[in-house]
Order: sequence, then C-alpha cells, then structure tokens
Amino acid sequence: MMRFKRTVSRRALSAKIAGAFWAVMFAGMTSYGTGLFDVAAKDNDVVTLRVCNWEEYIDEGDWDDDETIELPEGDIIGVNPMYKDFEQWYYDTYHQKVKVEYSCFGTNEELYNMLSLGNEYDVVCPSEYMIMKLMAEDQLVPFSDTFFDESVDENYYIKGVSPFIRNAFETNEINGETWSKYAAGYMWGVTGIVYNPQEVSKEDASTWNILTDKRYFRRVTIKDNVRDAYFAAVGAIKGDLLTSDDFINDPDYHQNLATEMNDLSPENLEEALDYLQKSRDNVYSFETDSGKADMMSGKVVAGYQWSGDAVYTLDQAEEDDFYLNFAVPKESTNLYFDGWVMLKKGIQDDAKKQQAAEAFINFVSRPDNAVRNMYYIGYTSVISGGDDNTVFDYLDYNYGVDDESEDVDVMEYPLGYFFSGDADDPDYVLITDSEQAERQLGAQYPSDDVMNRSAVMRYFDTEENAAVNRMWIEVRCYNIKNVPAYIWVVVVVAVIAAIAVLIRGKIVERSMKRK
Amino acid sequence: MTFSRKQLGIPYALFLILFVVAPLLVIIYYAFTNGSGQFTISNLTNFFANPNTLGTLCYSFVLAFTTTCVCLLIAYPVAYILARSEWKAKSIILMIFITPMWINFTLRITALKEILTLVEKNLAYFPFLNSVIGMTYDFLPFMILPLYTTLTKLDHSLIEAASDLGASSAQSFLRVTLPLSVPGIVSGISMVFLPAMTNYVVLDMLYNSTYIMGSLIGSYFSSDDWHNGSMIALVLLLIICIFTFFGSSADDEANARGGAIL
Repeated sequence: MMRFKRTVSRRALSAKIAGAFWAVMFAGMTSYGTGLFDVAAKDNDVVTLRVCNWEEYIDEGDWDDDETIELPEGDIIGVNPMYKDFEQWYYDTYHQKVKVEYSCFGTNEELYNMLSLGNEYDVVCPSEYMIMKLMAEDQLVPFSDTFFDESVDENYYIKGVSPFIRNAFETNEINGETWSKYAAGYMWGVTGIVYNPQEVSKEDASTWNILTDKRYFRRVTIKDNVRDAYFAAVGAIKGDLLTSDDFINDPDYHQNLATEMNDLSPENLEEALDYLQKSRDNVYSFETDSGKADMMSGKVVAGYQWSGDAVYTLDQAEEDDFYLNFAVPKESTNLYFDGWVMLKKGIQDDAKKQQAAEAFINFVSRPDNAVRNMYYIGYTSVISGGDDNTVFDYLDYNYGVDDESEDVDVMEYPLGYFFSGDADDPDYVLITDSEQAERQLGAQYPSDDVMNRSAVMRYFDTEENAAVNRMWIEVRCYNIKNVPAYIWVVVVVAVIAAIAVLIRGKIVERSMKRK
Repeated sequence: MTFSRKQLGIPYALFLILFVVAPLLVIIYYAFTNGSGQFTISNLTNFFANPNTLGTLCYSFVLAFTTTCVCLLIAYPVAYILARSEWKAKSIILMIFITPMWINFTLRITALKEILTLVEKNLAYFPFLNSVIGMTYDFLPFMILPLYTTLTKLDHSLIEAASDLGASSAQSFLRVTLPLSVPGIVSGISMVFLPAMTNYVVLDMLYNSTYIMGSLIGSYFSSDDWHNGSMIALVLLLIICIFTFFGSSADDEANARGGAIL
C-alpha cells in the first residue's frame, strides 16, 4: 500500500536525495551483514539500532530559518535528521553511545517481504494490519514494564499518547493480547473523499456511493489497492444498515460496526465485486499516487484519499487559490495507524538494544519532536502531549483565529476526545475559521462524531487474503465471458481464412517448384 | 596478454547464468509448487480454468495486435520513403523519429497524457484507444529502425528489373519490395508486439484500469502469491517462444523466397 508516497513534498528534494542515499547505503550494508558495522557492533561502547520506516516519514531536518514554529513552549525547528538528534540525546541522557542505521520501505508488503527474505531490523513502523500479522506470527518483542511507567520523565510515549489512540491500542486484540503490549502508535488518520465544493455538494461527497455515482462519471478516483477499495465497497453496499437509527443507537454499535466493515463472507465478497466493477466503469482512475495531482489540476472533482494525503492535496491546491474540501463518508471510515514495533529477530534478547529501541520510540514521541514530524510529513501524530500543551498549541498556531476577528466566520472546534479523552473538555476547544471543519483541520483531526463512526480494518489471514485478492483480480481483469458471440464468430472466420491462405500459398509454391 | 575465445566468453556466460538461467529456474520452481513447496500442476490448470486470466490474455493480445498494426501502418511508409529518397536531409528526418527515444519514457507519457486530455477532454472516456496511442508512441521507433535498415539494404536492381519486365509500380512493390522486406517486418513486429503484451506502465499512466498480463503477474506477486504469478509468467514466456519460432521460420521462408525470385 503506497499510503505515504508523494510526488512532491514541502521538502521533497532534500528528502529524496537523503532517502536515496540512505537506501543505497543500507541496501548495501544490510545485505552484506558482516561488513562495516560488525566492527561497530563488536565495540561494546556502541549500540547499533536498525530502524526501518516508511519513505519520507520522519523529519530529516535542514529547515529554513523562516520555517521555525514559534510556540509558547519555545521555538521548534528541525536542523538535523531526527535519528541523528536521537543519538546525541541518548548519549546525553543515558551516557551510552548509540548508532542508528536508518532505512526505508515503500509498502507494508514490501517490508514483510524484506523481513521474510532475512533482512534484520530492530525497530520498524508498519501499518496496523501488518502489525497484527506480525503479532499473530509471533515475530515481535513485547515492551518492557518500564516503558509503561508514567513516573519516568523520559517515557514520552506513555505520558503523551492521546487517550483516544491509547484506548484503541488497548482494546484491539490479536490472539488475546492487546496491541499496546507490542506496538506504539506513530501516525494515524482516516479515509475520506477530497472534493471540489464548486462541483460536488458536501452531501454527495459524504458517502461511499460517490464512486458509482453516474453524475460524476469519469470524474472521481479510487485507491488502487484491495483493502481500501474493499472498505469503500462494504461501506456502500451496507449503507442503509450502517446509517439506520437502530444500528447506530445499539449499545454495541462500535463492535457491530467493526464486524460489519470486516465482513468477508462469500455473499459480501460477491456484492463488493459487483460494486467495484460498477465503480471501475465509473471512476476516472485507480490510483496509487496520481490522484492528488489530478485533483489539484481539476481533472477530477472528487477522490478517495487518506486524510494525510488529503491535507497535502488541500495545501497544494490552496497555493494556487484553489480551495478543496474533505468529507468523511457517513457510513463509516477506516481508522488506520502506523506504529513502532520491535522485532525478535533483530533485538535477540539484547537488553541494551531493547532499551535503546524503546528510548527511540520515546524520543520521536516527545511533543516537540511529534510536531517536527507532523510539520515535515503532513500526517497526524498519535501524541497529544499529556500535561504538555505543545501539540495543541501547534494546532492553534496553524489553525487558530482571533475570537474578535471580523473577516472570518469563527467556530469552536472541540478536540477533547483526542487531547484529554473527554469530548466536552473546555480546555481543548480550538477557535478556528468555520471553513476549517471541512478543510485541513477536519482532515488532520476529524471531529468527535466522525471518529465515532470509524472502524479498524483487521488483517486478513491467508485464506481470506486469497479470496479478497481473487475478487480484486476479477474486478480488474477482462473476463473472457464478456466477449460477445459475434466477435467469436469473426475470430473463428478470420482464423480459418488465415489458415486457408497459408495452405494455398504452400500448394502454389509446391506446384511452382515442380515446374 | 592474449585471451582465448573461451575466456572472452566468461563474463557473458556468468551474466547469463546469474541473471537469465537462475531466475528462470526459480520461476519454474515456483510455477510448479504450491504454498507448502509440494509439486503441483494446479497453477497451470488455474491459468486455463480462470476466465479472468484467459480474458486478460485475450485483452493483452488484442491490445498488442492493434498497437503492432498501427505501428506497422505508420512506420512502413516512413521507412520506405526515407530509404528510397535521395534527400540529403533524410538522416535528419530519421533523427526526428528516433529522438523521442532519448527522452525518458515516463516523461513522454506524462506529456502525452496532457495532450490527450486536451483533445479528448477526459482521458478516462477512451481507455483502450489511449493505451494504443501511448504504446504506439512508445514503440514506433522500434518498428521504423529495422524496416529502414532492411529497405536501405534492398537491392534496387531487382525493382528496376521488375519494371523492365513490365510490372507496374504497384505490382513491383507488392511482388518484390514487400516480400523482400519481410525480415524487417518480422523483427519490427517482434520488437513491438512482445513488449506491448506486458508493458502495463503505459496503461497505468494513462488510466486504463483493465489489467494486462504484466499487471496481472504484478498483482499476484504483491498479494504474496508467487506460484500463480510465476505460472502466468511461464505461460507467457512459452507463448513468446512460439511467436519467435514462427517469426524466424517466416524470416527463413522470406529469404528463401527472395532467393526464388533471384
């Protein structure tokens, strides 16, 4: 899944070069595992930490001075790549030298293939379903008890993680074990529709049915991967049920919603197939990356996007004074996470290494570092900060407007659900431009009622995966049964004619030779 | 220091073993095993029992066939005129057709996308047509070059002899020039048709959402199904072998016929 791949980004060039550099460096070094770094590993003074993350998914530093984020807590600016800062911080805090070998992957499947081909990493950052798969396969090391000790100053993750995310990580289980035992969140988001408000009404964009809506024939895009497409399909075909009052008011609403959205029964697959074939005949493209550019250039009027990419699309379009909106379908939205996990194969019961790995996760979770990453990559961090207000102040810095302002329509945007766990918490109400609810803020931090209808898509086991992929191939392939009868007749006639001509040629040739 | 012929062949032999033979063996291994490593032919039966795979094969075939025909129709007159003309400027004309090959292919298709959008208003209305245009754009030089080479080498005295013996220009083209250029046509076709069967990047970039063989293999691989994907690759390889075989026999035949005319 190319969730985070971008065509251009704020800092594309430097990041691309750096990314390519590290990729080349480490592709060489990890495959010749006995090379350079063995010297470092034998040296007891230095712990080597091998981190593998999505491309362009951490602050690589090198900001311009005017990019400094000025917050009440102090200025935030990225000078060095964050993993370099971590090495320094680790030495200053624990007086232990650590060397981070940082490398990247492009998709969850690619990471999984890398792991099964024998690449060794200590800390990786896959998406929720890949975390579930790795957990189910017993490839992960659980966090130590100290990691969860809130009284330790350096435990930024457990002190700062949003109660909302924490709850999700503590209630989702695989084989009777909670995610939180093995995984620490990094970035999160939801799926929805980016749309051009001049062409599409908010109501039309707020349903998965827009993908088959004939009024937008060849003017909407859909994601080109089976999990996202399937989620949209289920949302659309179960639309009536999911939006009915009985369903929503059921005390087990969230449980039921998750079950419905993860329904892989043959009947449901059949219906999803039908829906996706219809959308295939209706959409502009199945895209992995091009949807953002096509949205900005106005080739399409609506597109299925992850919220982080939506923010990016809206930002870029705004630079040309072109205003786009983001809507979350009323049926349900896919809540996704990327999280840090430690791999058994890498850590290998090395206590020093595990300590460094956990410290790394804590370091990137420090509120100012979370802000650096959010600014750099555009996605939403799972960190709310706990007692530290940096993240909320950063939001205010980005989206806040003056109460008294007369130029803009002002609204109150409550974010208590994320920052304190209490949706009505008066401390976490952002005063913002009322348009922001449908713009970047709404994409980056969806409102409480949007989150209420979010569902996590679980991982599919081998058989389910095969069934879903069969369905997907059927969506994308040309089925030979669709060939009309007259074409078959024409083909048969043409083949017979061709053979006849060939044979005639041979006969003529022979008779010529005889002469 | 001198090398024997055997020694000079070593680098290429190594390359061949490492990057051609070994991967091929891996593909064959995967194609005939299942998830737990046991021998099976179910991947093969899957290929022929699945209407989607067969449909994709047909779709790729029709797409490649159309592309090849269009390429041939455009390339032949160009190569013919260039080869026959006495212009000093003809190398420049040839250059115009070849230059696009020097520009990165993704860049060209991206530009083409904008042009097609301008003409068609919405790219997604004509996915098949766009794919043909894109592939023709991409593969045309590969058709022109072999045709041009064959036609320049063609012995002009044969055509003169044909007209001396009373053949009209149409007749001498159909009975002399065309048969003699068959080797060029065959190598042009094999250079266009075969890549067109699998080049799904063009389709992807021009938003044709129907899979062709290349994308089908890719989708099996990315969903961790190496076995069915390998089988499709293997079957495709066999199909290509058959085409090449027919191509080279047609080539021989053409040469034989050329001899017969002489």
